[in-house]
Amino acid sequence: MESDLITVRDLRVAFASDAGLAKVLDGVSCSIRPGEIRGLVGESGCGKTTLARAILGILPQNSARIQGGQVLFGGRDLLTVAEGTLAREVRGREIAYIPQDPSTAFNPVFTIGTQIADLMHWKSPLLRDPSFKGNARARREADLARVVEWLRLVQLPNPEALLRKYPHEVSGGQRQRLMIAMALLPEPKLVIADEPTTALDVTVQAQILKLLKGLARERNVAVLFTTHDLGAAYEICDRITVMYAGQEVEEAPVAEFFNRPSHPYTRKLLDSLPSAETGLRGIPGEIPRLIDPPPGCRFNPRCERATAICQQRPAPEQVGPGHSVRCHHRLTEFAA
Amino acid sequence: MSAPILEVQSLRKYFPVRNLWKRRVGWLRALDDVSFAVQPGEILGIVGESGCGKSTLGKTLMGIHTATQGRILFQDQDIAPLKPHQSRKFRQHLQYCYQDPGASLDPRWTIRASLHEPLIVHTDLGEAEREARVREILAAVGLPETHLDLYPHEISGGQQRRVGLARILTLKPSVVILDEPTSGLDVSVQATILKLFLSLQEQFGLTYLFVSHDLSVVRLICDRVAVMYLGRIVEIGETAQVFATPRHPYTQSLLAAIPKIGGARVTDTFALEGEPPSPTNLPSGCRFRTRCPKAQPLCAEKDPALRADWPRQEAACHFAE
Repeated sequence: MESDLITVRDLRVAFASDAGLAKVLDGVSCSIRPGEIRGLVGESGCGKTTLARAILGILPQNSARIQGGQVLFGGRDLLTVAEGTLAREVRGREIAYIPQDPSTAFNPVFTIGTQIADLMHWKSPLLRDPSFKGNARARREADLARVVEWLRLVQLPNPEALLRKYPHEVSGGQRQRLMIAMALLPEPKLVIADEPTTALDVTVQAQILKLLKGLARERNVAVLFTTHDLGAAYEICDRITVMYAGQEVEEAPVAEFFNRPSHPYTRKLLDSLPSAETGLRGIPGEIPRLIDPPPGCRFNPRCERATAICQQRPAPEQVGPGHSVRCHHRLTEFAA
Repeated sequence: MSAPILEVQSLRKYFPVRNLWKRRVGWLRALDDVSFAVQPGEILGIVGESGCGKSTLGKTLMGIHTATQGRILFQDQDIAPLKPHQSRKFRQHLQYCYQDPGASLDPRWTIRASLHEPLIVHTDLGEAEREARVREILAAVGLPETHLDLYPHEISGGQQRRVGLARILTLKPSVVILDEPTSGLDVSVQATILKLFLSLQEQFGLTYLFVSHDLSVVRLICDRVAVMYLGRIVEIGETAQVFATPRHPYTQSLLAAIPKIGGARVTDTFALEGEPPSPTNLPSGCRFRTRCPKAQPLCAEKDPALRADWPRQEAACHFAE
């Protein structure tokens, strides 16, 4: 689609290890519309973080091998753009990143103010404003005012005092609020939030999700929200993509996703959520080793519906508006 | 009701807070007057946010931390003031299970050696008897005997976890403290591990203290639940009661914060502001009052005690109804 903000097409990424090449992403495709909050859910090791990092171009250089595919953003393929251009024009500017653990994302020996000033020195949207050209001091002052305003927007008390503090002096929830402010300050079009609430307590998680959702809606920023927590995905996402062992298996709008899961894996994942009605139901078996993954649909060794045809990877099939599934034996009946 | 298997009376654990020159400048009150009793065969859930003292509680019960004050009655004996060598014979019946029990296996030992070790330390069984016990336990956690000669790196993470559990169970404990046993697990694996806990409990007649921050899991497997906030139990009662009619405002907010798929979105309804205050500098009176929607002047003056005003449920709040 022309209107998509970013399109990942058939992306293949492998990691070199002592035991061989681990095929971590096996032909993943997905696209995000402007202003959309997209959930990327799956269990650990399914490739969520690798996909996020591939989009940002921050895969570990010595071990990651991009074996094919495209990441189309703003009319170019980010995989072919030179690293310098990517760092200058895209990363942190058009595509920002919110890490999982806000406590390790800050440098402990500089104040928060210094670190935000450094960010604004390189990534401030005012750099593009011709009225500040050649007048760095005026720009810095304008930037500082914007920073303080943003710290208020993310509901941090007493922003001026906070700028003089060191990262260890503020709580985990506040650090994550700072991260959100820092990701949004350069006015990006896409924010990649990699499990932003996993390290937080439920009450703080609820506050942070509320904040992130509100700000993204207000500013029309698209968010790629990776999580293993289906509850958190339900909270803020418009559409959800499910990944299993490096393949995307289903993509659906949030209501469809929870009411009519069509891929057997999605179904089992939803069933394994602890609830009073269903009791405890796991998924038998373990996720496959990515060095020698099963051919075709990688879920087939654990799938009850698997047949010989599952040795070939199914093509995506549209089963509803915005709802596509990659399964030869998709579910067609749904509990009321 | 039968006699409790484990009883905790006004347990306190204070950690000194020291400045740069090692001078004590205050106390961190990790546990402040905690009392509860555990019945044999029950699963007591202990929930709360990070920093509320739930892990300190587990570790103090185990003797990993020495209690500052209070009594821990286990097998009719106060084990809180005992020296490590005195408490050893009690501690084989009271076991502690870390978040990932598999991670505590020695990578250079075979599974067999790891499983024999606790028996060598705590019992005087002969080699053949130990081997029989080890095989019995290994079968109970669902692993084949062929695994005995393998090393930890040769088996999967889930299997390592089972071996770690087996290691705890070889001593036939009566009470097991499970510290965040499911955090860091994917939901599909979590169910399998929880089922294993439940089947082991039935098989060996275990009593669990289930320390967790995951309320949806606690709701499913615990008989009773204690909610902690900043070193104090604010609400305790039967799980069904507490989840259906939470009395303490903190419990109410905690339950309201869990995303419910299909229900109203928490991001639209959640109201609790702020974060817990630092445990080194507690507010006066009720420690939840700085965030509490119901706070009144009385809350700043008087620290509420647990009130047993409801059937099978107690809450520490002046205004709980």
